[in-house]
Amino acid sequence: MENPIVTPSELKTEEFVVNIGPQHPATHGVLRVEATLDGEIIKDVLPHLGYIHRGIEKMTESLGYKQSIFLTSRMDYLSAHINNHVCALAIEKAAQIEVPARAKAIRIIMDELQRLTSHELWWGSCAMDIGAVTPFFLAFRDRERILELFEQNTGNRLTMSYIIPGGVMNDVRPDFVPKLKALIKSIKEYRKEYDQLITGNFIFQHRTQGIGILSKEQAISLGCTGPTARASGLSCDIRKLYPYDGYEKLDFKEVIDYGCDNWARYVVRMEEMNQSIHIIEQLLDNLPTGDYRTKLKGVLKLPAGEYYQRVESARGELGVYIVSDGGAKPYRMKFRTPCYSNLGAVKPISVGMKIADLMANMATIDLVIPDMDR
Amino acid sequence: MIKEELKHYLEQTFPNSKVDETFDFPVLFITKEELIPVMKQLRDAPETKFNFLFCETAVDRNPEFEMVYHLSSTYYHHDMMVKVVLEDRENPVIESVYSLWEAADLYEDEIYDLFGIRFTNHPNLRRIFLTEEWVGYPLRKDYQDDRIISL
Repeated sequence: MENPIVTPSELKTEEFVVNIGPQHPATHGVLRVEATLDGEIIKDVLPHLGYIHRGIEKMTESLGYKQSIFLTSRMDYLSAHINNHVCALAIEKAAQIEVPARAKAIRIIMDELQRLTSHELWWGSCAMDIGAVTPFFLAFRDRERILELFEQNTGNRLTMSYIIPGGVMNDVRPDFVPKLKALIKSIKEYRKEYDQLITGNFIFQHRTQGIGILSKEQAISLGCTGPTARASGLSCDIRKLYPYDGYEKLDFKEVIDYGCDNWARYVVRMEEMNQSIHIIEQLLDNLPTGDYRTKLKGVLKLPAGEYYQRVESARGELGVYIVSDGGAKPYRMKFRTPCYSNLGAVKPISVGMKIADLMANMATIDLVIPDMDR
Repeated sequence: MIKEELKHYLEQTFPNSKVDETFDFPVLFITKEELIPVMKQLRDAPETKFNFLFCETAVDRNPEFEMVYHLSSTYYHHDMMVKVVLEDRENPVIESVYSLWEAADLYEDEIYDLFGIRFTNHPNLRRIFLTEEWVGYPLRKDYQDDRIISL
């Protein structure tokens, strides 16, 4: 080093821009990320949206309230039940509709099964983004069994539109409870495989621990919710803070981790799957009997006013803000989707990291593109 | 604070502003000039600590626009709404709240794209969903598009 040809201070690097997406497997859909790099180090990240913008908020303005439910299934297609649920709850609150106890229990079971499918898919795709291929097949194998149960009981696998104002679309089949019991038993067996394969994996831990730090202050400022924010120590579980449909009667833990990194977000989601199983088990043995929905009039009109309803989606706080002018169609319907707020966290946690960590960061935030674009 | 307490508190603290309520939240109406000081006060005052902007949107009340800010507190878990009426339909402009909440970056991009409301002091205002050449702002009530087919 005494007579170097060029000293480090003379060495110059040049920033360059890499377009990731819109057709890139790691963006899980049609998101384009414009990453400015200096060598391998990320300097700036700018997400571009709109590749799957369908104008759902505009469309609801020309549809009735009951019809809007069917559009919400298409927002976050991995948690369609929960999307339907928020819309149904808001309409019920505004029109003061009582929901039968059986419908409430079925709704919670479906919500939690949906959270399981969503987190299972996330687990597979997160591991695949980091470089492990096998988990993806395991996740799809297990998710398929829950989707089969959805198909038998609701008629659809992905966009169920099963939870409607007043209750649920149809009663569950007579063999729902025994089948679900068998399913829960096998899910518990599968969960051990997940931990053997990935959680204890040395490479995976090194790719995630200490990477993608999102502090609690940043999470609050960015409006992050869901497992992303709970991994930064922010208590924001809507099921605990603003309970709906009888969550207050159930015993479950709000999973909070203070690690703030990718590993913490992984741990929170894995533990949330256990909590979902725990919630379903409480409801299975004492599923109330009776009606599964309240009969409603053909055209539903909400009293003039403004209503906001929120639920805990698989990704965070999902809210719907309805402005009604007393007519049969919403004057304005705004969906506060969790992914759109969480997307803001990608830049602050990635700047200064290596390009390969950007994939891990986006994977653990669990972005679903149609949920952002609407 | 529960809704009634919060409404009472807002009436006491902002005597010159109109305070109303919706089904869920108390609503504070302010002018666009006092947006940043009032928001800063709501965020930092020890009684309220509204440090979480969880939803920001606009409503087209033809002819005027209404900016709607949903605020929440991670300390007390109470919520409220702040509304600003923008009367200039041709050229609606309002200050960005990015200096208080980073979440406003994406929220305001969306409002600019779909309502055409411009935000001053915003770090990167762009049409986030539609193309830059898109004519009109779709969520406005008077938006016309020949390609819309109604059955």
